[in-house]
Amino acid sequence: MSTATTSTRSVPTRRRRKDDTKLALLFIAPASLGLLVFLVWPLLTGIYYSFTEYTTLTPPQWVGLDNYVRLFEDPVFWTSLRVTILYVVINIGVQTVVALLIAVLMQRLTQSTILRSLVLAPYLVSNVVAAIVFLWILDTQLGIFNVALGWIGFDPISFWADETWVIPTVALVNVWRHMGYTALLLFAGLQSIPSHLYEAARTEGAGEMRMFRSITLPLLRPILALVLIMTIIGSFQVFDTVAVTTRGGPADASKVLQMYIYDNAFAQYQFGYASALSVALLVILMVITFAQYWMTRAGQSDLD
Amino acid sequence: MTTTTSERTTSSPTAAGSAAATAPRRAIPWGKIAAWAVMVIFLLITLFPFYWMLRTALSSNNALATQPGSFLPVGLNTGGFERVFGLQDVETAISQGGSGASINFWRYLLNSVIVATTITVVQTFSCAMAAYAFSRLRWRGRDTVFLIFLGSLMIPQIFTLLPNFILIKNLGLVDTLVGIMLPTLFISSFAIFFLRQFFNNISREVEEAALIDGASKSRVFFTLILPMSSAPLATLALLTYMTAWNEYFWSLMVSYTDQSRVLTVALGVFRAQSPGTGPDWSGLMAATLVAAAPMLLLFALFAKKIVNSIGFTGIK
Repeated sequence: MSTATTSTRSVPTRRRRKDDTKLALLFIAPASLGLLVFLVWPLLTGIYYSFTEYTTLTPPQWVGLDNYVRLFEDPVFWTSLRVTILYVVINIGVQTVVALLIAVLMQRLTQSTILRSLVLAPYLVSNVVAAIVFLWILDTQLGIFNVALGWIGFDPISFWADETWVIPTVALVNVWRHMGYTALLLFAGLQSIPSHLYEAARTEGAGEMRMFRSITLPLLRPILALVLIMTIIGSFQVFDTVAVTTRGGPADASKVLQMYIYDNAFAQYQFGYASALSVALLVILMVITFAQYWMTRAGQSDLD
Repeated sequence: MTTTTSERTTSSPTAAGSAAATAPRRAIPWGKIAAWAVMVIFLLITLFPFYWMLRTALSSNNALATQPGSFLPVGLNTGGFERVFGLQDVETAISQGGSGASINFWRYLLNSVIVATTITVVQTFSCAMAAYAFSRLRWRGRDTVFLIFLGSLMIPQIFTLLPNFILIKNLGLVDTLVGIMLPTLFISSFAIFFLRQFFNNISREVEEAALIDGASKSRVFFTLILPMSSAPLATLALLTYMTAWNEYFWSLMVSYTDQSRVLTVALGVFRAQSPGTGPDWSGLMAATLVAAAPMLLLFALFAKKIVNSIGFTGIK
């Protein structure tokens, strides 16, 4: 590696292998402050709380592994885990396909900025707004979607109150809000693919499908992998939509993990147990992320 | 600007003539029509809820129950908006299906603007510097520190909420805008990860040429890397602004009074105040529209610039 002691200070060197430690520390200082104080420190205290009984009114009491023993024997925890995974599978599955389709269509069909802006529109509104709007559109009696179902001869569906429908409903509402955002990220990735590749392929008679498989997908892979990691982690943390619409019902059918954690912490003041549930969620996310990161080699690009 | 819809040249390459050129030149482009049809369907799904918000907001709440399927506003009036801005007296509001409670819209708007703007400016700059350090600077422990930042992406929000709340409370910042901003003011691991990907893709030759000319690394960052990355930076700033604007859960915990209440929280309050049986849909839709309008307006002003700038990534 570098031999640090050879040159005197006063000699201006233009060595390529110059060490930038001082500048780097300066550059990462603000972000590191935020990271340490508002992410790492809460993480550590959160883990500590998971081994305690803590009502936030009195100081935490150390109880060892009690919360984790309770977690493994808690049927509601396993229900909420199953519900969350079902949500993520529907949400990410539909969203990724739709977003990729929109991004590719935008890339191949038109340069219209208006179209691209319109596609992003749902991401401009908050989860709260999206939830309230679809609470109305999918209302069993008066919602326009159920009215339209009636026109073509179907019975109204209780999207928010039916145990089978509630999770697909929440998942698709969030697809509506996030598909444009995801498409924009993928679109940014598509821009990095040199256009001469498509021109060359077209000259040789390749069709759109062939170009998608042989050019777009392989070169988009790093961005796609990055986007998948982000959206899956985000998806596991679904809360707002459920909190505004069903609050976990009917009969725990939409009780996603974060909703259950929230209930324990803020409704029952069992912050110790809520922290243990959070640790479980954290472990799940870590396993998924690392598996994905190494499987898809997200850090590498075929363009290098 | 280049347009990609140039006319096909009449002479097809001779090598591909046997395979591709057998189709008549003026054939109807079914593939393109199908692709446009799919795009139009996506657009309808995307935009219909916005229209429905407007249609419902302009309807009378009592008329909604009798004509739920009308595509135009029913019993056209502005009562919903009047209830949002607190312009109706309690009696009128209740008779039209509202709760009679008013909300101080302009105060919430100002709070939301202050919070979102400050977070966007500070966070984007702070994360760009960090991303540059991780992408281009040489220092010991770089990869380890980056892994720690990367790992922080996996911390679920709920994990940090209550410990952070206790911290903010101990700092005496509960019910202040600073308290709302502080946790996300300097750091978004996503932003660092996102920008690092772009910085990695910027050609090293340009940078090294500047370094050989005697520029310092910090100068290279400010005068070369930042301008070259204006497209991803603009995209990121926009996304950060939206995230800050739309954030709900944390603001809800921190703010108790109008002094720090932002629009999303106010909307939640308005929704909670709406009668449980026979909700004030007209008022609710007016409120969601009002909460979303500044964001939609801002985007209408800047979208073209940002969407256009995405094309120039410095790769070509």
